[in-house]
Amino acid sequence: MNQQISPSLKIVAAVAALFVALPLLSIFVRVPWSDLGDMLSQKSTRDALLISLQTSIIAAVISGIFGVPLAWLLARSESRGLSALRVVCITPMVLPPVVGGIALLTAFGRRGILGQYLYDWFNVSLPFTRTAVVMAQVFVAMPFLVLAVEATFRQSDRGLEEAARTMGASPSRVFFTIALPAARPAIIAGLALAWARSLGEFGASITFAGSFPGRTQTLPMAVYELVSIDYRLSLVLSLVLIFISVGVLAAMRDRWMTGR
Amino acid sequence: MSISLQGTIGRGEFERTLNFSVADGEVLAITGPNGSGKSTIIHTIAGLVPLRSGQLQSDNITWDAPDSKQWVTPENRTCAVVFQDLRLFPHMNVMSNVAYGLRARGIQKDEAIERSQKMLKRVGLSSFESRRPTDLSGGERQRVALARGLVLEPRVLLLDEPLSAVDTASRAALRELLPEVLSGFAGATILVTHDLGDVEALATANLSLNQPINHQNPAGSS
Repeated sequence: MNQQISPSLKIVAAVAALFVALPLLSIFVRVPWSDLGDMLSQKSTRDALLISLQTSIIAAVISGIFGVPLAWLLARSESRGLSALRVVCITPMVLPPVVGGIALLTAFGRRGILGQYLYDWFNVSLPFTRTAVVMAQVFVAMPFLVLAVEATFRQSDRGLEEAARTMGASPSRVFFTIALPAARPAIIAGLALAWARSLGEFGASITFAGSFPGRTQTLPMAVYELVSIDYRLSLVLSLVLIFISVGVLAAMRDRWMTGR
Repeated sequence: MSISLQGTIGRGEFERTLNFSVADGEVLAITGPNGSGKSTIIHTIAGLVPLRSGQLQSDNITWDAPDSKQWVTPENRTCAVVFQDLRLFPHMNVMSNVAYGLRARGIQKDEAIERSQKMLKRVGLSSFESRRPTDLSGGERQRVALARGLVLEPRVLLLDEPLSAVDTASRAALRELLPEVLSGFAGATILVTHDLGDVEALATANLSLNQPINHQNPAGSS
């Protein structure tokens, strides 16, 4: 690959790369490294970190449990209206997250379409709870998993599934013994993607769950609130999020970074 | 009759009317050029492609009769298919491939393994149990596919070009093995091939689909 690239294109490309790299590097430069240990061990920091880890892992698992069968349905069902269902299911990917939060409130809020019955009949109120944090994360993150896994199901070898049927396997046995193992790499990638997206979730969660320290406040919410109060601490929390994101990227590098 | 098909098979634009039956112990060879519907016959009997009209019966049980809306799902048909492209499960070893159908049909693990071991011995693959299909030669893979079908003790064995994916050397070995294995098989066999040598060596009857691919061909003969 010794293709000539014109100098002017090189300059434009360098500007683009710098534009992304400079802000990230700035955090590394400005983070108060000497106080890092103290800041990370503060209770508020630990709380936000733990809530973030807890909710995002649960959200990723729920996305997997419900998203994989949904991906299978979208990939294999031949019923009409499926393309409409697909559009609905992946809409949260392009929706402004805050709108997602409003939508969740409208459905599950105390006077929401479903939420009013949950409250009246079972005295269950979902908004502004940690459950609400998880729900908001699933809402936003599950489509990423569904899309990744559906693409793999579509490409997977139907011949193997047919062979299994002729050997006596029911459709559900075919799903669990043939289709799922074949899609395992995509499911793992989808889980990582959903987890990373959940961890970074801000708009939908803060709208639907609020930002109550120690209860619903996740790392991104803490970063946002601290910007005006304790800028140095918000830098430290940002650093934590950067490390986690880069970690996901590194773990997935075989899948995403095989550009050559 | 172990298996009988009277009716019209089809896939996409292709359609062909057929009438044949195969009794226990018989080997019906189906020959004809590419696109004459040989594989579609196999897939129709296995339940992967529905009949367009007419009926398909095995041991007086109707598997497929669109006019009377009768349909037996593929997993409930007592037939076994050796596909042209084999379709071995790549994520399972040889033993798991062979035992898969037995387990799917509710047979206990120990018995499934025991029966699979016997069958692998019969096709000469005793020491291959823990290998993956990708580590096998073409001829070995073919024998796994055969064992995977026969171990189910089907009433009808469907062989789609069983010697096509194999190099010349393994072909000779398989041609010796096949009659031996088939002679121990009590049910009906349908053998799709374009090789007249296979017909000579293996078949007791021949259905030739030599007519060009047309809609509504006259019925074949058995």
